[in-house]
Amino acid sequence: MEHYKMNLTLKVWRQKDKDSKGRFETYHVKDISSEMSFLEMFDVLNEQLIQEGKDPVAFDSDCREGICGACSMYVDGRAHGPWQRNTVCQLHMRAYRDGDTIVVEPWRSAAFPVIKDLTVDRSAFDRVIEAGGYVSANTGSAPDANAIPVSKWAAETAFDAAACIGCGACVAACPNGSAALFISAKVAQLAYLPQGDAERKTRVVNMMEQAKKEGFGNCGSIGNCEAECPKGISIGNIAKRNREYMRAVTSTGPEGI
Amino acid sequence: MVLDAKVPQGEMKDKWQNYKDHCRLVSPANKRNLEIIVIGTGLAGASAAASFGELGYNVKAFCFQDSPRRAHSIAAQGGINAAKNYSNDGDSIFRLFYETEKGGDFRSRESNTYRLAQLSGNIIDQCVAQGVPFAREYGGLLANRSFGGTQVSRTFYARGQTGQQLLLGAYGALQRQVATGKVTVYSRHEMLDLVVIDGKARGIIVRNLVTGKLERYSAHAVVLASGGYGNVYFLSTNAMGCNVTAAWKSHKRGAYFANACYTQIHPTCIPVSGDYQSKLTLMSESLRNDGRIWVPKNKDEKRKASEIPPEDRDYYLERRYPSFGNLVPRDVASRAAKERCDAGYGVGTTKQAVYLDFAEAIKRYGKMEAHKAAIENPDEQTIRNLGMGVVKDKYGNLFAMYEKITGENPYEVPMRIYPAVHYTMGGLWVDYELETTLPGLFAIGECNFSDHGANRLGASSLMQGLADGYFIIPYTIGNYLADDIKTPAISTKHPAFDEVEKEVTERIQKLMNIKGTKSVDHFHKMLGKIMWDKCGMSRNEKGLTEAITEIQQLREEFWKDLRIPGEIDSMNPELDKAQRVADFMELGELMCRDALDRKESCGAHFREESQTPEGEALRIDDQFSYVSAWEYKKEGEELHKENLTFELTHPSQRSYK
Repeated sequence: MEHYKMNLTLKVWRQKDKDSKGRFETYHVKDISSEMSFLEMFDVLNEQLIQEGKDPVAFDSDCREGICGACSMYVDGRAHGPWQRNTVCQLHMRAYRDGDTIVVEPWRSAAFPVIKDLTVDRSAFDRVIEAGGYVSANTGSAPDANAIPVSKWAAETAFDAAACIGCGACVAACPNGSAALFISAKVAQLAYLPQGDAERKTRVVNMMEQAKKEGFGNCGSIGNCEAECPKGISIGNIAKRNREYMRAVTSTGPEGI
Repeated sequence: MVLDAKVPQGEMKDKWQNYKDHCRLVSPANKRNLEIIVIGTGLAGASAAASFGELGYNVKAFCFQDSPRRAHSIAAQGGINAAKNYSNDGDSIFRLFYETEKGGDFRSRESNTYRLAQLSGNIIDQCVAQGVPFAREYGGLLANRSFGGTQVSRTFYARGQTGQQLLLGAYGALQRQVATGKVTVYSRHEMLDLVVIDGKARGIIVRNLVTGKLERYSAHAVVLASGGYGNVYFLSTNAMGCNVTAAWKSHKRGAYFANACYTQIHPTCIPVSGDYQSKLTLMSESLRNDGRIWVPKNKDEKRKASEIPPEDRDYYLERRYPSFGNLVPRDVASRAAKERCDAGYGVGTTKQAVYLDFAEAIKRYGKMEAHKAAIENPDEQTIRNLGMGVVKDKYGNLFAMYEKITGENPYEVPMRIYPAVHYTMGGLWVDYELETTLPGLFAIGECNFSDHGANRLGASSLMQGLADGYFIIPYTIGNYLADDIKTPAISTKHPAFDEVEKEVTERIQKLMNIKGTKSVDHFHKMLGKIMWDKCGMSRNEKGLTEAITEIQQLREEFWKDLRIPGEIDSMNPELDKAQRVADFMELGELMCRDALDRKESCGAHFREESQTPEGEALRIDDQFSYVSAWEYKKEGEELHKENLTFELTHPSQRSYK
C-alpha cells in the first residue's frame, strides 16, 4: 500500500448551539497521512485550533470502528462520505489527494436538530424504539433457548435487518427526511422471528405513529437510504414494513389493532 | 476495615440458591416508592435498569453518549459463553467455572465465578426471547463455536457482532421501561461525583454535556455500570469516551479499588501505524479458530508472506503449546507475540506485528465445499473461491473492517496483528452481593473486579455484564433496599449535595483557569506511553518505580500547563476529556503501585522477576493468593487484602502445552 502526505482545505459547518445561525468556516490542514482515518484528520484540525486559541469543532464519535453509530458527518454531499457501506470513522484519508477541498456538514433533517457544529440530536430514534421496537419479555420468564427452533434463513434474514447501527444516515440522505429504513430494520428483524410474533401488529403501527410525531417524512421509494446505509440495510425491509403495516391495520380479531 | 465478601454458606453449587431463598424482598407496593440510579447503559447497566423497571422500582439511567444504544458493549465481536452443552462435547457448569477460574490464573473468588457459570444458560434463554438473532444450524437450533482457553464449543454468537445484538436486546428492554415511565434515561449526561449521606451512597452530581450545567440526582441506591479503564493507556480497543471517572470518584468517596494492575492485552489487534492514531481496532479472537499465527524463521526475511515456504515459517503458538495451539488464552498469546517481536522476528515496517494467516483455512474449507457440491478434481481457483465464501460467511465483517483500515485484502495476504489493551479485570471491590465497601453503592460489569481473576477468557465479558444486570443485582439490591422502605425520596437540597457540587464546580474552574499551552490529548498520550512501556505486557520493579515518579511529574505539569478552550456553561468536549484524563492520571499511579506490590506473575500481570524457566508466568500462591483492595486516603492509598480460598479448584501451574 502506497503511503503519502497531503495538504487539504476543509469547509466545515460551525454553529454555536441549536438556536444560533450556522455558517461555513474554511480551514487548512497540512501533512495529513493517507493512513489516518477521517476523524483522526479532524483530531489534527482540532489540535491546531486549540493551539490557535480557537474553539475546536464538536462532532460525535465513540467506538471508531463502525459499530456504535455515533459518528455522523455529511461529507461532500454524502452521508458518511465517499465510500460505500462505510461509517465516516472508517473512512480513511487514502480516499483523498493532495490539494483536495472537502465540505463537511452535520446531518440535515428537521427531526435531528443541530446541537453544536457537526453534532445533532438523534433522540427521536430512541423514542421510535420506545414506541415498540422490542419484544416484551420480562427478565427471568424465558423458556429454554432451543425450545423454539428458528430456521437458519429466518435467523440470517433477521440478522441482516438487525445490523442497523441507528446512525441516522438514512434520514440525512433522504430528501423527505424519512426514517422508513430505520423503522423497517427493527420491524423486519422481529417480524421474521417467532419471538416477535405476539406484538407484530401493534409494533409496526406504534413505531410509525411515533415517527410521524417526531417529524420524519414519508417514504417516497427514492432509495438514497439504502445507498448510503453503512451497514447495507436493504430497502426490501421497507416493503416488508409496509406489508406488516397493511396486515396490521386491515385485520381484526383479538390480536388486531 | 476487614473485608467481608459475604459469601453464603453451603456447598458451592447451592450458595446462590441459598442466597435467593433467604435474602430479603421488597414488596411491589414498596418498590414503587424506591429510586435507583444506574450509571452507564452498556450490557450491565441497560439490563439492570430494564430489570429494575420491570420489578417496579423507579430508575434514573445515565450515559455520556447521545443514546444508550451506543455504549461500548456494542463493539464486542466474537460471542458469549454459556454452559448449555448443546454441542454434546462434555461441557458443564463446573467446566465453565473451572476454565474461567484457571484462565484467570486462580485469582478470582470461586463463589462469584461459580455463580457466573450457573447463570450463563439463563442469559442465552433471555436474549433469544428478546429476538436476538444468534447464529443457527440448518435444523433451526442454536450454533456454537470455540474460543481461546477452552476445549469445548460453548460460544454463542451473532456473526462478528454479538455485542451489538445483545446490547440492542437490552436497549429494547430498557426503552420498553422508558415507555412505561419506570425508567428515565439521561443521555449526554456524565457523572462527575458521588454524594454520600450518613455513610450511604444517595446521589450523584452530573454534567449535562449539552448545556454544561451541573445537575443533582438522588436515589436510595446507586449502581455503577460504567465500564473499564483501558483508556488510561490512551491507545486501546475501548471507545473514545470510555473512562474511569464514575468509578474513580466513587473510590475517592470510600469504595475500595481492587486488582488495579490486572489489564488484559488482547493478542489480535490491528497494529499501530502512526502518532496521530486515536484508537486500536480489535480483530476478534474467533479468528484464531481458523487463522494460524506465525512469523518468519529468518530475522532478515525480505520475501512477501505468501512466498515464504512452510519450512521457513515459525508457527510459534503451535510450537510452544501443541495441545491448545492458536487457541491459548489471551495473555499467553500476547506475551508470545511480544517475545517474537522483541527478539527481532516481527513483520511489517515497524517490525511490531505477526501474521494471522487464513490461506490454509480457505483451502481446507474450499475442498470441503467442493466435495459437498460433488465437483470432481476442482482446480485451485475453484477451491479458493469456495473457501473464501465460507470464510466470508464466518468473518466477513472483520475482514472488511481490516481492509478499510489497512488497505490490504486479508483474503489475499495474511493479516498483520499485534497485542493491544482491551479489558480491565480490576475495578471496584465488591462482595458477593456486588456491593462496594461504600453502603448503597453497587458495581456491575467491567467496572467491578469480580469474576475474571488476573485474566479474562474470551466471550465472558458479555456473559458477566448480563449475569450481573439481569440476574444478580435485581436480587441483591432488594436485600439492601429492604432497610429503606420507610426512607422517603432523598432531597437534593441536602447540604451534602451543596458540598459535593461546590467541589465539582471548583475543580472545573481550576481546570479552565490553568490556561496553559498544551491540549488534553497531549497529556493523555504522554500518560499512555508511560503506562504502556512500564505497566503494560511486562513489568518490573525498576520500571514501575520510575513510572510512579514520571506520572507524578506529568500530573503536576498537567495542572500547570493544560489548555482547555471554550466555556464552562456550554457544550465543551475538551473540558469533558480533561476531567477524564485528570482521573486517569491518578488511577495510573495506583495501577503501578498495585503492580509493584504484586511481586508474582499471574495471568495478564507479568512480573519479569517471577517466571518459569520457559518464560511462563510464575504465581507465588503462599504470598499472593489475595485480592488487593486499595482504600483511598489523602496521605496515600492503603492496601487491604481479601484472602482467596479454594474449595473446588487446586491452584496449579497453568499449562496449555
